[in-house]
Amino acid sequence: MTSLDLMGKALQFATGIVAFVAVFGLILFFLDRSAKGRKDFIQLALFLGPAMLLLAIGLIYPAVRTSFMAFTGRTGEFVGMDNFVWMFTQPLALITLWNTVLWVLLVPAISTAVGLVYAVLIDKSRGEKYFKMLVFMPMAISFVGASIIWRFMYAYRSPAQEQYGLVNQIIVWLGGVPQQILQNSPWNTFALIVVMIWIQTGFAMVVMSAAIKGVPAEQHEAAELDGASPVQRFFNVTIPGIKGSIVVVVTTITIATLKVFDIVRTMTAGNFDTSVVANEMYTQAFRAGEPGRGAALALILFLMVTPIVVYNIRVLRKQREIR
Amino acid sequence: MSQVAVPTPPVERGQVEAKAGRVKKRMTSRIASMIALVIAVLWTIPTFGLFLSSFREPDLIESTGWWTLFQNPGFSLQNYQEVLLSGSSSAPQLGEYFINSLFIAIPATLFPLALAAMAAYAFAWIKFRGSSTLFVLVFALQIVPLQLALIPLLQMTVTFLHPVMRSISDVIPIIPDQQYLPVWIAHTIFALPLATFLLHNFISEIPRDVIEAARVDGAGHGQIFLKVVLPLAMPALASVAIFQFLWVWNDLLVALVFSSGTPDTAPLTQRLAELAGSRGQSWARLTAGAFVSLVVPLIVFFSLQRYFVRGLLAGSAKG
Repeated sequence: MTSLDLMGKALQFATGIVAFVAVFGLILFFLDRSAKGRKDFIQLALFLGPAMLLLAIGLIYPAVRTSFMAFTGRTGEFVGMDNFVWMFTQPLALITLWNTVLWVLLVPAISTAVGLVYAVLIDKSRGEKYFKMLVFMPMAISFVGASIIWRFMYAYRSPAQEQYGLVNQIIVWLGGVPQQILQNSPWNTFALIVVMIWIQTGFAMVVMSAAIKGVPAEQHEAAELDGASPVQRFFNVTIPGIKGSIVVVVTTITIATLKVFDIVRTMTAGNFDTSVVANEMYTQAFRAGEPGRGAALALILFLMVTPIVVYNIRVLRKQREIR
Repeated sequence: MSQVAVPTPPVERGQVEAKAGRVKKRMTSRIASMIALVIAVLWTIPTFGLFLSSFREPDLIESTGWWTLFQNPGFSLQNYQEVLLSGSSSAPQLGEYFINSLFIAIPATLFPLALAAMAAYAFAWIKFRGSSTLFVLVFALQIVPLQLALIPLLQMTVTFLHPVMRSISDVIPIIPDQQYLPVWIAHTIFALPLATFLLHNFISEIPRDVIEAARVDGAGHGQIFLKVVLPLAMPALASVAIFQFLWVWNDLLVALVFSSGTPDTAPLTQRLAELAGSRGQSWARLTAGAFVSLVVPLIVFFSLQRYFVRGLLAGSAKG
């Protein structure tokens, strides 16, 4: 990197910030000095205008256009339902859909279960804070970083050589033959799912931990007096007490899983039958020159996510009302 | 308890039972700790292995496992030197991308935060017709996955923004015509619905008296916003800012679509994904490179954990 490049970048950065602060300052300056008669309207326009304009141009209009685009072909000609027919008949596209279903079935269930069990086990233990930190840390890392971490775990070398990927080394220790974990379909999809579970468990654990502490201690004591074992108390006191939080965690992780892109992109780029809808959308629209198919996949993603988001929001609302 | 075969007076039996109960409890808690420890170790090992490897000598990383560290010792900072400082064109040159990540993430946090705060204030404290309808609309935009907007937004960027960037570059030659601008704008747009919603939750709960008192003192909306609302909303602003900063720092999709992909504008994540994907990937570079990209989020995580958790919980459905 030459110092000239760096200067150019720093200048861009500084100009961007200064220009923005200037606009922001001007808006606030004019706010309290606008003409008396139409003051309210001008104030409102200054406060709301920038955000609403950006949303209208940058989100609503493109979303509507994408929805129409889903019915067009390579050059923008109208093709009816062709893109959807392709999606539900071509073997490769079908694998993509099936993989997405697999992700959505496994990731929320396993992350939530492990997160919940872990939260219960470390609850009120010594060093709870540090136990939490260890499992929650993957949440701070980028999906790209996590993917590299796990590619190193899955690294493969021929059986004659010493392994440096831990997973294959364990296979060797157990008397097996090292595998090309990321290339052997259909198991490679599970290898990718593990990465997402590894990331999302921390999120589930933190929410569950907070919820568990909200279950009244008297309920536990009463169950204990009745002779309930810790496992019985877990199923009969803890779980019913935090049902709402479980729903929120499962739906939130489901939404994140439906949109998963970075992990697939970085680990296999969707090769070897590992693609999912969000990755295929990118590949079709920006790599394969099939914007119509990409748009159709984006639309399907939207249709899958919407009911879960709506449900999630309703549960969250209800919880807030109770509190 | 079955070991207590000898009949004992009631008082003593009570004591023995209590003692047995305590032993049993300690047993279960020990098993619980064991399981928890196993999970904690399982969850930490992948990161730990990569971290350790990044400090090993390059040829050792790809010939022996990091767990054989004591049989095959050999540490160096060579990998970090190579990814950060090496000037050769085939080297990762992450220093440059690190700066890009920083120069993308800071404005892409500041812009939506300011715009969303203003919008949130308007929804909370300026009365107008259709206020709640418009707010619900903004709120509902959260269900739009950004994939649904990507293609047309990129087309619009090429049509409208690229000429602007070219003329900026013509006027100021040291600024290349590949600029951060499209990435900033894309991140700002995608952040607005959630940020507006979260900040509105907080700003609308500021006591009416506080706002009224300022109004009685003759302050207009601009002054109230700047001098009363913003300082009071600091905790919420901090949480949203941290979440958004990490989101941008860790993002790959927006970068892939809107950055040039060249050293001019591409962030760390994009470069790392590229290095990981290329044939003949080198683990000496990837281990160190991954950690260069993890440093900033980990610092945020360990130093601002309270805000971090709050921000993350609030925004976990984004994207």
